[in-house]
Amino acid sequence: MTRTYLSRNPSVLWFLLILSGFTLGVTLLSQAYGVAFLSTSFIKTLGMTLCLCLVALAMDLIWGYAGILSLGHMAFFALGGYMIGMWLMYARTEAIVITALSNEALPATAQEIQNGIAAQIFGVVGASELPPVWLFAHSLPLQLLLVVLVPGLLALIFGWLAFRSRVTGVYLSILTQAMTLALALYLFQNDSGLRGNNGLSGLQNIPGLDGVSQDRVSVWFLWASAFALGLGYLLVAWVVSGKFGSVIRAIRDDEARVRFLGYSVEGYKLFVFTLTAIIAAIAGALYYPQAGIINPAELAPIASIYLAVWVAIGGRGRLYGAVIGAAFVSLLSSWFTGGRAPSINLGFYTINWVDWWLILLGLSFVGVTLFAPKGIGGLVDLWQGLRTPDRKGADLGPGDGSLLEKEAKK
Amino acid sequence: MTQLLEVSGVSVTFDGFRAINNLSFNIGPAELRAIIGPNGAGKTTFMDIVTGKTRPDEGKVLWGDRLQSLLAMSEAQIARAGVGRKFQRPTVFEDQTVADNLMMALKAARGPLAVLFWSPKPADHARVAELATEVGLGDALGRKSGELSHGQKQWLEIGMLLAQEPKLLLVDEPAAGMTLAEREHTTRLLVDLAKTRAVVVVEHDMEFVRRLNCKVTVLHEGSVLAEGTLDHVTRNPQVIDVYLGRSER
Repeated sequence: MTRTYLSRNPSVLWFLLILSGFTLGVTLLSQAYGVAFLSTSFIKTLGMTLCLCLVALAMDLIWGYAGILSLGHMAFFALGGYMIGMWLMYARTEAIVITALSNEALPATAQEIQNGIAAQIFGVVGASELPPVWLFAHSLPLQLLLVVLVPGLLALIFGWLAFRSRVTGVYLSILTQAMTLALALYLFQNDSGLRGNNGLSGLQNIPGLDGVSQDRVSVWFLWASAFALGLGYLLVAWVVSGKFGSVIRAIRDDEARVRFLGYSVEGYKLFVFTLTAIIAAIAGALYYPQAGIINPAELAPIASIYLAVWVAIGGRGRLYGAVIGAAFVSLLSSWFTGGRAPSINLGFYTINWVDWWLILLGLSFVGVTLFAPKGIGGLVDLWQGLRTPDRKGADLGPGDGSLLEKEAKK
Repeated sequence: MTQLLEVSGVSVTFDGFRAINNLSFNIGPAELRAIIGPNGAGKTTFMDIVTGKTRPDEGKVLWGDRLQSLLAMSEAQIARAGVGRKFQRPTVFEDQTVADNLMMALKAARGPLAVLFWSPKPADHARVAELATEVGLGDALGRKSGELSHGQKQWLEIGMLLAQEPKLLLVDEPAAGMTLAEREHTTRLLVDLAKTRAVVVVEHDMEFVRRLNCKVTVLHEGSVLAEGTLDHVTRNPQVIDVYLGRSER
């Protein structure tokens, strides 16, 4: 069964091979485990890129396969980050407070420790009590559960409301964007319980790993991210390979017809929406400890639009396309915006890439949409000699000019 | 005689236009019926109501022995209860192969989780191949259905309907765009199907209806004008007036 599955989907095997080769290569070039060729911050960038690839995979499942252009998946990504960030921040602050109070004459009570933590974390927003949403922040297992549950439930409720009213197309996109914006605005408030626009910080310091240097931790997170991406790829490839994949692609192409086949379109959409939200949340939970900081700006609608751009440029409707798009565009983006790209002096004007990168990205998005709808992933078809006919949506088969069938075959 | 589908007193209005006006219609479990009528008589709206796409303003639509009301069910539930619909324009999923199309239509559990964990048994593959052969696509299983000709798409859609194993089949202008030989094949198939299930054919073409040799219901302005054999209804002066007077003779 597994063998036939892999032989039917050779790209899965190739992807896993390339991913493990990449991970091994980076490990051998790292400071902690190899020849110290790559800086720790670059390894973190690579690890974060893998997480972005994972969320792009989720985006491809919902947009490329099920045809739902969600502009809210980075909200689930950020929520996943917030959930893990709460534990990271709580546990680290707890250690600091306990050390500080150990110098007192009397041993500190649990209440004193609790108050100390609250004052430490919330002093910045002028509060001194732990808000109710931090109820489980002391426990890693519970908070890990929340990484899945909070975004999953939000997606379930939002999706249920949206899909059952049969909101589709661009209206659904707008609705998801509104959800993201509303969530971001809520989190910007100081009394939201998540430190307002300060967000959660110091997340790169993993509690209990004080003695371990960041160059080791960064490689560990790279491994974890690569592992999650590999698992995610297997899962999504499995979901789209069978009849379920057939049904969601059918929903993308003609959802009314799918209803008359007896499939509850809404149920499928809700399932895919929730599943992809959970994948996005897990990606976020791995991303933010590497980024070190999370704040409500991460939920801004623009982040989710970037996600759609990555998938479009990489090639939607094929999983490796999404991964390539996310990796390529986000790495290129950090190169351009990091000031490392050489400016171009035109004499009368100097093109400074930090300012012009967005315009370049926008132009390439438009270019890809118009001239290469299959994106970067389409190059693989070119390489394999697959050619799809460009019939502009017209029927194939006998008609004016009958070479069409032959054309379609290859 | 128990009825499979019982439509009674149904009316529907679109923006003040009465598309269906106090329509009543019955069909038994194994019956072939043709519905004819001029454009705008409400034929398609009638099918929309039965399949759940349109909700009527008043009236009842009852289904099966237990007299279930179809009005409370969604399109998907109605389809699962056993109502299959063939559209006028062939609608198959062009991006997928003939086999995928048929496999999707094959009668099986329809819930997301059940479908996710479902994998085809040898019997399912055999059934798909058998259906494809039945509709003349036996050697096209691996082809994308977008590559098929118009007639082949029609057949693929009929194959998908058969795979659903419906108790009631609603067929909208099956002969449109078909060659003479294809029409004859279609006629035989519909007559054959009606031996085991109810088949409702909406058709413009009188010759085709004559070949079906079944009871005919004439719709006009959203209600039933006449019902009976084709010869009986074509002798009805009102029918001649509103329909035949315009298109034939």
